[in-house]
Amino acid sequence: MEFDPVLLARVQFAFTIAFHIIFPSFTIGLSAYIATLGVMWLRTGEVRYHRLMRFWTKIFAVSFAMGVVSGIVLSYQFGTNWSRFSLVAGNVVGPLIGYEVLTAFFLEATFLGVLLFGFNRVPPGVYVLSAAIVAIGTATSAFWILSANSWMQTPAGHEMRDGIAYPADWLTIVFNPSFPYRFAHMLNAAYLTTGFVVLAVGARYLIQGKHIQDARTMMRMGLWLMAILAPLQLFIGDQHGLNTLQHQPIKIAAIEAHWDGSKPGALVLFAWPDEKAEKNLYEIAIPHGASLILRHDPNGLFPGLTSVPPQDRPPVPNVFFGFRIMVGIGFYMIAAALFGCFLWWRGTLFETRWYLRIVSWTWWSGFVAVIAGWVVTESGRQPWLVQGILRTADAISPVPAASLLGTLALFVVCYGIVFSMGIYYINRIINKGPEGRVIEQPEGLPSRPLTAAEGAAREAMGKGG
Amino acid sequence: MEWYLPVIWAGLIGTAVAMYVILDGFDLGIGILFPFARNETQRDQMMRSIAPFWDGNETWLVLGGGGLWVAFPMAYAIIMPALYLPVIVMLLALVFRGVAFEFRTVSDSKVWWNFAFTFGSLLAAFSQGVILGGLIQGIKVENGQFAGGHLDWATPFALLCGAALVCGYALLGATFLIMKTEGEVAERARGQAKILLLGVLAFMAVVSLYTPYAFERIATRWFSLPNFYYLWPVPLVTALVSYLLWRWLGTERDSLPFVATIVLFLLGYLGLVISSYPYLVPPSLTVWDTAAAPASQIFMLIGTVFLLPIILGYVVFVYWLFRGKVREGEAYH
Repeated sequence: MEFDPVLLARVQFAFTIAFHIIFPSFTIGLSAYIATLGVMWLRTGEVRYHRLMRFWTKIFAVSFAMGVVSGIVLSYQFGTNWSRFSLVAGNVVGPLIGYEVLTAFFLEATFLGVLLFGFNRVPPGVYVLSAAIVAIGTATSAFWILSANSWMQTPAGHEMRDGIAYPADWLTIVFNPSFPYRFAHMLNAAYLTTGFVVLAVGARYLIQGKHIQDARTMMRMGLWLMAILAPLQLFIGDQHGLNTLQHQPIKIAAIEAHWDGSKPGALVLFAWPDEKAEKNLYEIAIPHGASLILRHDPNGLFPGLTSVPPQDRPPVPNVFFGFRIMVGIGFYMIAAALFGCFLWWRGTLFETRWYLRIVSWTWWSGFVAVIAGWVVTESGRQPWLVQGILRTADAISPVPAASLLGTLALFVVCYGIVFSMGIYYINRIINKGPEGRVIEQPEGLPSRPLTAAEGAAREAMGKGG
Repeated sequence: MEWYLPVIWAGLIGTAVAMYVILDGFDLGIGILFPFARNETQRDQMMRSIAPFWDGNETWLVLGGGGLWVAFPMAYAIIMPALYLPVIVMLLALVFRGVAFEFRTVSDSKVWWNFAFTFGSLLAAFSQGVILGGLIQGIKVENGQFAGGHLDWATPFALLCGAALVCGYALLGATFLIMKTEGEVAERARGQAKILLLGVLAFMAVVSLYTPYAFERIATRWFSLPNFYYLWPVPLVTALVSYLLWRWLGTERDSLPFVATIVLFLLGYLGLVISSYPYLVPPSLTVWDTAAAPASQIFMLIGTVFLLPIILGYVVFVYWLFRGKVREGEAYH
C-alpha cells in the first residue's frame, strides 16, 4: 500500500499538536483561576480560598508537566516534518516561536518554582504575586504562539525575496490582521475551558456529597465566569468570522458549506458536503441565514467554494463539521451558564441534581470545542500552509512515508501511555479533594513542574513522603 | 550582511548545546548506570541525587532546537529531515524516560519503570551520539535542501559516536554520583568511572584518528601549518586532564572527578568545533550560509541577551540550594 507522505506528515503533526493544545488551553485558564483565588484569599482572609488555591495548583502541576513534555517535541517537529516551511517562513515565524520558548523557559525557571513549592518560604503577598505572574506568563506564551499562527493565516509585514520571507516590520508581523481576533478568541476559550472544569468538579462533589463548602465556592465562581465569558465568546467568534471573511473568504465558504457565490448564503444547520458534486446532501438550512450573519443583509453575497478551482479549496467536511461541533458546544456552554445562574437566583442551584449531573459529565466540553476550533482554522487554511505564500504540499520535509508512518505509531503509543497516566493522576487528585494533604517538599525548593507533578502524583497514590 | 551576528548566534547555540550535554548528560548517565545498582534503596538514592535538576537540564534542549531554527533556519531545515529517525527516537525516549521518573516512585511495581528509565536514558544518549556523528560525517545538500537518503546517517561511524556518547554520559553520571552520594553507591561509581574513563579515552582516540583519516577537511584543519602550532595543546591538555581524573578517582576526592569529566567533555566538544567550524552543516554550509535574516537575528538577540543571564542565574541558584550529599535510605524528599 502506498502512503502519501504529505498526509502522514499532517496526521502526525495534527496528532502531536492536538495533544499538546489540550494542556495549555487548560493551564492558561487554571493559572488565572489560581491567581484569582489567591487574590480572594488575601482580600478576605478566608481559608477556603487558600485551600482551593493549593488544590488546583496540584492539578496545574501535572497538566503543566504534560504540556512541557509535549511541547519539547513540537519545537523539533517544525524541522522534522516541515523543513521547507522552516526555511521559507523561518525568518519571520522563528523569532515569534523563539520568544515563546524564552517566555516559557523564564517562567518555568522562576515564578513557577515559587508557586509550586514556595508556599511556606515566601510571604503570602509574594506567593500570590507569583501566581499572577505565572498567569500573565502563560497568556504571554499564547500571545506569541497565536501571533505566529495568525501570521500563517494572514501574513503581513514581510517581503518575499527568492521565495523566502524576510521581516520588514516586526510590529506589523506580530500584530498581523487576524491576530487580535484569534488571540482574544483562544484566550477566552482557555478561560472558558477551565471555568467549565471548575464548575464540573464542583458539581461532582455536590452529587457525591463531599467537600460541600468548597464545591459551592467553585460552582459560584465558575458560573460567574461562564455567564460573562460564554456569551462574550459568541461575540468574539462572530468578529473573528467577519475578519476571516475579509482575509480568507474560502475558509468561510467551507464553514458555511456555501458553494455558489452568486446566491445569498443559507445558514446550513446540517448537511453532508459532497466535494465531488459541489453541493450539499441532506441539507437542513435557514435560507439567507449566513448572508444575514456575515453581511448583515439577507441578500448579501459572499464568495462560494466554486469561485476557486478544487485544488485551492480546503477539505470541506473537516471545516464544516469542526465548526458545528465548536459552535454547538459554545451554545451548550451559554445555556449551561445562564440556566445555572437562573437556578442560583432561584436558590436551588445546589439541589438541582439533574443539572449538576449534566454539568459534571460534560467537563470535557471546552477541550473538544478548542480542538474542533483548531481543526476549523487549520483545515480551513488548506491547501496553504502560509496563506498565499507556501502550499502545505510544498512545505514538507524530504522524509519517506515509511519513516513518518513508523514514528507516527510510536507517537501514538507513547502519548497514549503518558496521557492515560496524566488523566489517571489528575482524577486521583480530584477524588482526594481539596481537603487532602498539600504537596510538601521538606528538602527545600525543587523548582520544576515535572518535579511537582511527581509530588502531586505520589500524594494522589497515597504515598506521601 | 553583518558577519558577526551569525558568529554570536553560533556561540549562543553552542553554549546551550554544551550546557545541555553536560547537564542532561549526567542525569542520562545515571539512568544508564541504573541497572548496576544492587537494590531499590540504592536506585532511590541515585534518583534522588538528580531529582531537583533533571527537567531543568532538559529545557536546554528546547533552547538549542528552538535557537537553531530562529538563528539558522536553513541548517534546521536540513539537519532535522536528514536525521529524522534519530531525532524523533531521541525525543520519544526523553518523554518516556521523563514519565518513568515521575511514576516509578508512585507505582506498585518498580520493575517496569526501572526498565523504562534505563532504556529511555540509553536510547536518548545513543540517539544524540548518532545525531552528532551524522552531523560530523556530513550531510548531502543540493540547492540548500537535504538531498540524501533517509538512512544516510546510519554509518558505523555514527553508531560508534552513539556508543561513545553512552559511555561518556555514563562517566558523567558516575562522577556525579561520586560527588553527590555516599556509601556503596559512591564506591561502586568510583570503580565504574575508571572503566568508563578508559572506554571514553578509547572512543576519543578512535574518533580523533578516524575523522582526519576519513574527512580531508578535518585533516587539513588540524595538521596544516600554521594551524598545528596552535592546536597541538588540545590533545595534550586532554591527556593531562585524563591523567588527573584517573588519579583523583583513586584518591578520596569527591568533586574533582566530576569537574575533570566536564573539562574532558568540553575539550572533546572544542575538538569537534575546531574540526567543523565554520561549517554548521558539514561539509558545505557555514554559519553564514544558513543564517536567518539579520533583522530576525537581532530581534531575537534582544530578548535572549536580557533573559539568558536570569536563566543562568537561576540554574546556579538551584544547584547551590541542593548542594551536599544524598545518603542511602534517606526518605524520598
